Amino acid sequence: MFEGYSLAELGSIFAMQGFAGLILFSVFVLMALGLAIIFGQMGVINMAHGEFMILGAYVTYLCSNFISSTAPALFPAYFFIAMALAFLASGALGMLVEWAMIRFLYRRPLDTLLATWGLSLILQQIFRSVFGAREVGVVLPDWLMGSVAVTDTIEVPINGLFVMGLTMTITVVIYAVMFRSRWGQGVRAVMQNRVMAGAVGINTEKVDRYTFGLGCGIAGVAGSAFTMVGSTGPTSGQLYIVDTFLVVVFGGAQSLIGTIASAFTISQAQSTMEFFLSGSTAKVLTLLTVVVILMLRPQGLFVLKVRR
Amino acid sequence: MTRTPNSRFFGRLDGDIAGILLLAALLIVVLPLGLDIFRLNMVGKYLTYAFVALGLVLCWGSAGILSLGQGIFFGIGGYCMAMFLKLEASSPEATKIQSTPGIPDFMDWNQLKELPWFWEPFHSLTFATVAVVAVPALLAFIVGLAMFKRRVGGVYFAIITQAFAAILTILIVGQQGYTGGINGITDLRTLKGWDIRTDEAKLVLYFVNAALLIGCILLCLYVRRSKLGRILVALRDKEDRVRFSGYDVANFKIFVFCFAAALSAVGGAMFTLQVGFMSPSFVGIVPSIEMVIYCAVGGRLSLLGAVYGTLLVNWAKTMLSESFPELWLFAMGALFIGVVMVFPNGLAGLYQQFIAPRLGRLRPRSGSGAGAPIIPPHTAAD
Repeated sequence: MFEGYSLAELGSIFAMQGFAGLILFSVFVLMALGLAIIFGQMGVINMAHGEFMILGAYVTYLCSNFISSTAPALFPAYFFIAMALAFLASGALGMLVEWAMIRFLYRRPLDTLLATWGLSLILQQIFRSVFGAREVGVVLPDWLMGSVAVTDTIEVPINGLFVMGLTMTITVVIYAVMFRSRWGQGVRAVMQNRVMAGAVGINTEKVDRYTFGLGCGIAGVAGSAFTMVGSTGPTSGQLYIVDTFLVVVFGGAQSLIGTIASAFTISQAQSTMEFFLSGSTAKVLTLLTVVVILMLRPQGLFVLKVRR
Repeated sequence: MTRTPNSRFFGRLDGDIAGILLLAALLIVVLPLGLDIFRLNMVGKYLTYAFVALGLVLCWGSAGILSLGQGIFFGIGGYCMAMFLKLEASSPEATKIQSTPGIPDFMDWNQLKELPWFWEPFHSLTFATVAVVAVPALLAFIVGLAMFKRRVGGVYFAIITQAFAAILTILIVGQQGYTGGINGITDLRTLKGWDIRTDEAKLVLYFVNAALLIGCILLCLYVRRSKLGRILVALRDKEDRVRFSGYDVANFKIFVFCFAAALSAVGGAMFTLQVGFMSPSFVGIVPSIEMVIYCAVGGRLSLLGAVYGTLLVNWAKTMLSESFPELWLFAMGALFIGVVMVFPNGLAGLYQQFIAPRLGRLRPRSGSGAGAPIIPPHTAAD
């Protein structure tokens, strides 16, 4: 598959595809972080995670329309406002869902899977009724347009750079919240031993609700970022959900580092192969490899030792 | 189950057998008399999904293994049958306008010059029929062996089967020249010279399908009442205790997964025969998880409930999609949430809770018609 390319061309191809893979990686990481927190901490399979992401994307879309029509001066910065709103909207919906549905289903992971799948169908139909079946896209502010030429043959789009920077920032923030804050300590305590955490005075129900909200809120931010690299339709979220679950499982459900490493591996493999093979073959090969590795190593790449 | 293991299978006219007779009367006498051939063919199509639901009752209800990839097996069964029918429809005389006569039309469109090797054996009906059951069972065996021997179960199993459904769909859609792509294998005409598109053929196929379904229900009932069926329930409820008692848990799980796969594949093959095409839209993630809801609505523990659930959900889907298409996804979503949170034992559970006690008052012996005892949802799920 490499014949017909010179070495320099191959280098450029790998660099460009690698960068395209990094954008996919950003979407994967942002989705998977929320999913990993929810799955790792509460054992809840949230099949509606993609729809929480799409909610964030639609909020961003609305926000861009609103600001460009009412306050064009703010337009260059609309994305940051949209991101905050997306986080709040998805997070609030997440907490509502946790209160109405998920809290009755703890310890029954398969049932959460089915129930959240039902929720995802309902959300999809709501999106379709409200925003229409056609995909929508946002207008990017000028400073995000265009690309940076690194060498003669390698060009890097600015919006991609921005999304990556955003992903890294969010990852660091999540890490700090989970591992450096008092609240994160409570979350991890509940994850490791729910009964004991309750006994020392942590309100485990409240921790659950906020954790679920946080996971969904991150999905909303992921949706915000998603609008910069692709257009949004009612079923866009469903396309990513299985891939993202594989990312989480492949990385080891309770390890943030593992999630990031596996998102990187999967997105890079897929994007690099896509150039040389057809898109569908690349995807089949990637998924198949991941599934086979998971069969050989069911616990995933990185495992956090937890007493059960 | 309240029966002792050595009670004879057809020993007496008990509740389950009475229920099956009632279903048989409904499918074979009432529906053909009451519906025109178009609607009857539609019921026949629904009933092919009931094979999948039966498999799920054993796999998920009895043994606690939730597979979200039953569409894979339904699809493979359907494709095996479709490949045979397509080859018969693509005789050199019928396809002489193609640049390569004698190969299926979609291969010609994709510039294939000869039949791929794996299509060759499907000239034989015997091979195709065996392949309908054998290929999915073999695939299920490999997947089951790899996963259950390593004690992968529960959620991980569900997600990995879902990934397989995604992989197979992408593969079928991507390899257009070999599989017909997104359109699937269409324009199927005859089975050994017998035109399957006529109304008489559809009627005959309906009866064949109904009879096969009744046969499969009896087979499932036999499995459930055997000692094996009891071990399945035991390993669902307390897997470790079964393992400590000296049973190789993985083997039982592999068996029931393969059995469910084979059942789904039979349904897929009958689907192809009755509907006249097969496409990747019956393989992927969405159809696979929809098949779970058929089983869940009927009651994941009840064989007969699964059949009624399948009929009811599909009937509702057709009715709603015809008149209020936007309501269907709401209804579907509400069903998923409802069966999990409100009535985990589905229709069969409602029957046992509300109707069976009243029937019991009318008759001296209580009718345990729809199947199995209600178990608390948390044991059913883990």
